[in-house]
Amino acid sequence: MTDTHSTRPTGSHVDPPKVSGDDGGTGHLEELRTDPIGLMQRVRDECGDVGEFRLAESPVVLLTGAEANEVFFRATDEELDQAKAYPFMTPVFGEGVVFDASPEERRRALHNQSLRDKFMRGHAATITAEIERMVADWDDEGEIDLLDWTAELFIYTSTSCLIGTRFREELDVHVAELFHDLERGTDAIAFVDPYADIESFRRRDAARAELVQLIEAIMAKRQGEAPVDTEDRDLVDVLMSIKDEQGNAQFSADVVTGMFISMMFAGHHTTSTTASWLLIELLRNPEVMARVVGEMDVLADAGGGEITYQDLREVPWLESSIKESLRLHPPLILLLRLVMEPFDVEGFHIPAGKLVGASPSVSNRLPEAFADHDRFDPGRYIEPRRDDLDNPWNWIPFGAGRHRCVGAAFALMQLKTIFCVLLRDWEITAAQPLDSYRNDHSKMVVQLAQPCMVRYRRRRPASAGAPAPGSAAGPTSADVPVSSGTHASGPGPSTGVA
Amino acid sequence: MMGWRIVVDADLCQGHGVCESEAPELFRVDHDRKVELLDPTPPDEQRRSADLAVKYCPTHALSITDDD
Repeated sequence: MTDTHSTRPTGSHVDPPKVSGDDGGTGHLEELRTDPIGLMQRVRDECGDVGEFRLAESPVVLLTGAEANEVFFRATDEELDQAKAYPFMTPVFGEGVVFDASPEERRRALHNQSLRDKFMRGHAATITAEIERMVADWDDEGEIDLLDWTAELFIYTSTSCLIGTRFREELDVHVAELFHDLERGTDAIAFVDPYADIESFRRRDAARAELVQLIEAIMAKRQGEAPVDTEDRDLVDVLMSIKDEQGNAQFSADVVTGMFISMMFAGHHTTSTTASWLLIELLRNPEVMARVVGEMDVLADAGGGEITYQDLREVPWLESSIKESLRLHPPLILLLRLVMEPFDVEGFHIPAGKLVGASPSVSNRLPEAFADHDRFDPGRYIEPRRDDLDNPWNWIPFGAGRHRCVGAAFALMQLKTIFCVLLRDWEITAAQPLDSYRNDHSKMVVQLAQPCMVRYRRRRPASAGAPAPGSAAGPTSADVPVSSGTHASGPGPSTGVA
Repeated sequence: MMGWRIVVDADLCQGHGVCESEAPELFRVDHDRKVELLDPTPPDEQRRSADLAVKYCPTHALSITDDD
């Protein structure tokens, strides 16, 4: 490669090459809705690092490989705008919630306090309590659907860590179903019309309306209650306490709902998909599963049941298996930006107004960067190997550079905590052929295709692994008895709005 | 004895504050801010905690340079 890449135009007038398969109508939109990875791989195979496809009126320049990815990830929001590139997200978040802010305001708003390291130790305990609750109503053996089960689990973990346990206690499995409808409402048809009259968009809008009602009900209930101690307050209490100049509540239920959806959305389907693929890859690679379970057994023997923050730093095979699942099955397959200032990349000119994309699915598997690129091999992150750090612009499941996912550390901590508990106490086996697990690519939010069943069987007595009552869970275990079925039906009459 | 320096890539820092937890004498991270280096050329007894801060930085924004 030459040093032709640059973020400033150098006078090139060469347009990027176009990939085959434009159908003359909406371009490659239908292909994106059926086989997006095939499309993006073909762009690279036919065009190289820089190639163009078309989504209706929007040309998309796909960048792959370290050199082009570096240009993509080093750009500022003022050069390549993130929010404007995702038309399918506006109806999910709600108008005016995220997208009316300037890039700088958005950066600050998105930098959630609770993602900071000093809160991570507390989060690890909260998450341990949530996973213990999820398995508390399991029999000694049974079956679960990976998509449904992980979707519910990560609603509880993300709300209790990011919004607060008081809010989490108001939620039940129905909220996970509503969230699922939001995630399914990301059909790429949104590039033509985000409000097209199609089933998945109708369900998306109904789900959002119901979430607003749910949060309205929670806020109304709290209005009539005595204030809680400062340390027990959650984000709902904090937002409700903010008044405008006339002394009225500053934030409506609609705005609060939009804030919560935008806080939770990026971390929900991504983490649940990764948890599912991690489990599937461990089932497909029993020798790796044995190593990971071995790490859990060492922790269990040493720690007497409690998972500490330090423990989570000392599980290299689990951590490497998570990284390798993310490399092979990145939950975000296409990252998009809208070009605000024209630039050149590898000799091609990209004008303002086009979309540019980077693809973790393609870049994470480039044969020139990763030996045995299609193989699940966590050994590539075990010292002295460090394929992730050695390929900062191609190992991009979390993006890279200044736009690297701010929730990455939280996500890794969450996944490690959950698998420490799950694999310590339970043996998981496949309930369907190992090659039958696959992703559903019909929406921009990629999720596991159903059926995706696994079996569980207890391998360690319940008491051995569970923390002492109240030790880790705080209000979570104190307020709600962890007995069969409590979390499924919800703790109180205010929960359901169905 | 060789000198060493801590180097911050401000482009990459997102203010998570892991470095502050590992080495409060060397790093400060205020709410909503990027890392502030309290002592770019610390004494050798701080080397171990500096190494941990580098190792566990979630965005790989820190490195240590050994001066010849």
